[in-house]
Amino acid sequence: MAVTVTPYPRLSLRGLTKRFGETLAVDGLSIEVGAGELVTLLGPSGSGKTTTLLAVAGFVAPDAGEIRVDGRPVSRTAPHRRGIGMVFQEAMLLPHLTVAENVAFPLRMNGVGRTEREAAVGRALDMVRLGKLGARMPDQLSGGQAHRVALARALVKEPRLILLDEPLAALDRQLREEMQAELRALHQRIGAGLLYVTHDQSEALTLSDRIAVIADGKLHQIGTPAEVYDAPADAFVARFMGESNRLGGVVEEIEDDVARIRLGGGLMVEAIAVGVRLGRRCVVSVRPERIALAAVTAEEMGDGALPAVLRDVVHHGDHVRLHLDAGPPGAAVPLVVKRPAGAPLGGLRRGESAAIAWQAHHARAFEPEVGM
Amino acid sequence: MSEARLSLGERDDGPRITLAGPLDAAGAGAVWTKSIAAASKLRGRTLAVDISGISRCDTAGATLLLDMEAAGGGPLALIGATEEITALIARVRATRMPQPPPAKAPALTWRETIIHGLSAATEGIAFLGETAVALVMLPARMRMFRRQDLWTAADAAGVRAVPLVMLLGVLIGLILAFQSLIPMRRFGADIYVASLVAIGLVRELGPLLAAVILSGRSGSAFAAEIGTMKVNQEVDALTTMGLDPVTMLVLPRVLAGIAVMPALTIVLDFSGLLGMALVLVGDGIPLTAIGNQVAYWVQPSDFYGALAKSAVFGAAVAAIGCRAGLSTGVGPQAVGVSATAAVVGGIVGSIVLDGIFALIFFRLGI
Repeated sequence: MAVTVTPYPRLSLRGLTKRFGETLAVDGLSIEVGAGELVTLLGPSGSGKTTTLLAVAGFVAPDAGEIRVDGRPVSRTAPHRRGIGMVFQEAMLLPHLTVAENVAFPLRMNGVGRTEREAAVGRALDMVRLGKLGARMPDQLSGGQAHRVALARALVKEPRLILLDEPLAALDRQLREEMQAELRALHQRIGAGLLYVTHDQSEALTLSDRIAVIADGKLHQIGTPAEVYDAPADAFVARFMGESNRLGGVVEEIEDDVARIRLGGGLMVEAIAVGVRLGRRCVVSVRPERIALAAVTAEEMGDGALPAVLRDVVHHGDHVRLHLDAGPPGAAVPLVVKRPAGAPLGGLRRGESAAIAWQAHHARAFEPEVGM
Repeated sequence: MSEARLSLGERDDGPRITLAGPLDAAGAGAVWTKSIAAASKLRGRTLAVDISGISRCDTAGATLLLDMEAAGGGPLALIGATEEITALIARVRATRMPQPPPAKAPALTWRETIIHGLSAATEGIAFLGETAVALVMLPARMRMFRRQDLWTAADAAGVRAVPLVMLLGVLIGLILAFQSLIPMRRFGADIYVASLVAIGLVRELGPLLAAVILSGRSGSAFAAEIGTMKVNQEVDALTTMGLDPVTMLVLPRVLAGIAVMPALTIVLDFSGLLGMALVLVGDGIPLTAIGNQVAYWVQPSDFYGALAKSAVFGAAVAAIGCRAGLSTGVGPQAVGVSATAAVVGGIVGSIVLDGIFALIFFRLGI
């Protein structure tokens, strides 16, 4: 698909702000989406991600800030003149038109000639691998195919930016995974930028080149999936992105960005210090798959190891979750450790003692979240 | 494992609540209701709580003690508290959020009322402008204008409304004739009931009642159809595809409203005259005499003026319905709110327009 290449990012948001009455829905958001890049806006319900998307699309007028598409300010431009394609949660195909006619519909409505229209429709359908289904009616398509037609309809005008508003939310798991793979392959082939909105962390991790985590209208972190998952910028991102064990404690020492934290019961652990201060409360966040577990005593395991008791083992098909109580009796804290299904547990059984440990760079110590 | 226990006693220095056993989540839960009730009874007196017998205390226990303090309405006098428990209570106290004040219904001030009114008027004028522009641009946007939608809207708003319009017309004619006949007969003016009802129906009631029926049947339906499309983001989808929602969704319905309203008015007028004739014939007035009266008093200008008026009412009711649909907000009640707004707006709008027409016709001597 021939999208003109420019030196500007496909989308540039600078200080985007939107207020609904007393509620600040979007608070000074600044994000860029490059050519051929898929950026996901990820956040819980009410975080402002859809408002941001609708502001970019032109359906919500921002109170402040700037929206540029290909370097051109578009805040005062009508939605259909912004060079944007949009895919919604539902495919919204016109039931009385064939697949090809549905894809051609925006072009026909805008007076594009038949020859040019047919060529563009062919390209768009090929792009979503539906080139042979142009004559089918929408009721003859599966859910995934209908969404691909909707995607082709968004692509047919060769937009510079494609906005996707939870387009896979209505699909079942298998179809969703197929479409995720399709989207990944597609966005690398086209030069358009893609801004994708979802509240599904695993979808964001699977699809995105970069993830922007937002809550209460504020950008908490933007980075690659690995950065956001492995090096969360604050306690909210650590809590929201995937599963993590959260342990409360007090910072006893900070040296070379590594904090030593005293947990309840006097246990000492180490973690990367992220904005924590000496003598203050903090939350240690460590991913379940980063915790080492052995059926030995903490002393045998070495420095930094904690005693633990295995409380339960829960099988989840592809992985096993081990629920432990870590620390001395009376001050034990619940922890979860994940292991791939079939991985040896060293003969550990429910109710038995074990030792756990993690490397300091696999855990992060944050200031506790306000209100948590 | 021992359980948490609560006992009440009197000492020389006043009443005392004694807690013993583990004051953790399970223990505190077991004695929670009784403890709060006991603390409430001591409201206004010193709240002395002896916890020297508790085996352990966690944040649940500390929360119970602080809730007892709140229920007692005064500071807690703890007896037998260790340093750890005192520190724990202090930490829990520090994290307790103050209760938010109960939400008050927002009071609408005069200023806010005026601002809301002006804002609604501005949006209404903007919508009128958009519709006018769409109408002017229609030749260039004919591909966005679906004739099928025009026929469908005309069928739903016009053809399918005929039975209801006829029924209401006959009934209105009957009622007006009956109500007029009683006083008129006292003056021996029975025959003039025909002209009275005919003029009232043709000039005013016909177009107005047809507008009320259109508003209730079709204005609300337009709002619900477009509102549902708005909620489902179909309107946004059309807009991103470069389609003008006013041309595609509003114009067919407004044109259908303009087309069907004069027809409905004629149906309502004739039905009303039929109802009136039934009453007068029953009263012994010959049909010929009734016909002569109506033909003598009702001028062609009355009839054509009413038809012109009804076409304007049709445009207004349809436009108000479509605007209500396009303004649909979010949430499960949004479409219902829009449909209600369409009906109310359509009726009020028609009456206001009728008042303006009455003024214009009076000045023109029609």
